Amino acid sequence: MATTIGIWIAAGLTLFIYSFLYKDNPFYKFAEHLYVGITAGYWLIYTWAYTIQPMLLDPIIKNKEFILIIPAFFGLIMLTRWFPSISWLSRWSIAFTVGIGAGLGVTGSIQGFILPQLRSTILPLTGFDFATFNNLLIIFGVITTLVYFYFSKEHKGLLGHGAKIGMTFIMIAFGASFGYTVMARISLLIGRIYFLMFDWIGMLFGK
Amino acid sequence: MKIFEKLAHIDRRYIYILIAVVVIVPLLMKPNLPIIPTKPVEDIYNYVENLPQGSNILISIDYDAASMPEQQPFLEALLRQCFRNKLKPVMIVQWQLGAPLGTQGLEKIAKECNAVYGVDYINLGYRPGYVAQMVGIGREIRDYFSVDYKNVSVDSFPIMKNIHNYNDFELLVGLEAGSTYLLWVEYAGGRFKQKIALALNAVSAPDAYYFYQSKQIIGLVGGMKGSAEYEVLEKRPDLAVAGMASQSYSHILIILFIIFGNIAFFVEKNRKRKEGGK
Repeated sequence: MATTIGIWIAAGLTLFIYSFLYKDNPFYKFAEHLYVGITAGYWLIYTWAYTIQPMLLDPIIKNKEFILIIPAFFGLIMLTRWFPSISWLSRWSIAFTVGIGAGLGVTGSIQGFILPQLRSTILPLTGFDFATFNNLLIIFGVITTLVYFYFSKEHKGLLGHGAKIGMTFIMIAFGASFGYTVMARISLLIGRIYFLMFDWIGMLFGK
Repeated sequence: MKIFEKLAHIDRRYIYILIAVVVIVPLLMKPNLPIIPTKPVEDIYNYVENLPQGSNILISIDYDAASMPEQQPFLEALLRQCFRNKLKPVMIVQWQLGAPLGTQGLEKIAKECNAVYGVDYINLGYRPGYVAQMVGIGREIRDYFSVDYKNVSVDSFPIMKNIHNYNDFELLVGLEAGSTYLLWVEYAGGRFKQKIALALNAVSAPDAYYFYQSKQIIGLVGGMKGSAEYEVLEKRPDLAVAGMASQSYSHILIILFIIFGNIAFFVEKNRKRKEGGK
């Protein structure tokens, strides 16, 4: 019974949202506001149940881990941004967050992105096979794209030609992204239509 | 040339109707279009297939309902493959709103494969923290996941007996809808040398292929197409395969729209130029 009610609600809300394709209307507005409200409520419950209670309140109250009062204090003063007269206090928390983020980010980026990506651009160009051609294409693409982003000299002559080729590579990448984006959006539509056809209408006809 | 002018100003609702038709009709007719698995998808499948029995696989649910049609079929196909090969999935969640989806998929496939909770698989649920958590798992997973998704101590489950950090996972599979995968590559991969496989929604997939080229990930499942390929490899066509015919026909239609739109644009531009010249 609960599943049946759930399917009816989901089907109704799906149709409400798709009604916007015809034109804006109160059904769409209702579904949109409901979605925003439920999502916010869900986040709130999860934040309480998985962050504040188990990681702060329970350890302090049950395990007497009073050291956690310090991060709790920094968390609370983040909220002073709402009060202009004492909003400067929030900078302490922000400084802490930025410091940790920068520290982790610098080492993480070098280890995780820069070095492996550099390594994967140093490719062998010996031989007359497809792999060599592919390697050449990667190296050529990386160099010309970097040339496009070199703005300290006017893009004229050899630099201009390189920048144009680099821009072509960038455009091809954008084209691939656009194609994939189309696929993503159509996938969502397929998912919803599949649900309406087989879960909802199928249920109506007892299939 | 009036036809092109009309096409250039066509009511967008006709386009919506056409798209709906090309999605609905193939779902009803079920045409048999070939789905050929690509190398990035095959690499993940073969890697999982060749893992020794009893290996642990860390599965991170980093998507929500908006990516469900793309990610859920892959999750189910992967879990089927894990249970068939006696591998042990350990599920964690980085996106709160993905928690029910991951749980739903895990429970469904575990029931289908007669897998036992706490012995053959476990669901550790959602924890906040992203980077802190990813780095923390490198030391001791219990620092963040001391209890499972139902608040039961993880030490009470046999599956967790020998699981402490990344060294105990043969593979990390991230099912990703946003940019969380970058953090997995950066920290789990870069710092802890964890083998990573990614399933990304189609919007993010093109941005991750260079990690495959640089061998920072062992393979990549991109969008619904990637999920369909995995279902074909697993020899259990399901939701993703069912949707691929609609996907293909709607792509043909969109390509036609782009061609007609561009022709209409240039025809109108030409007409305006001629009128301006008179």
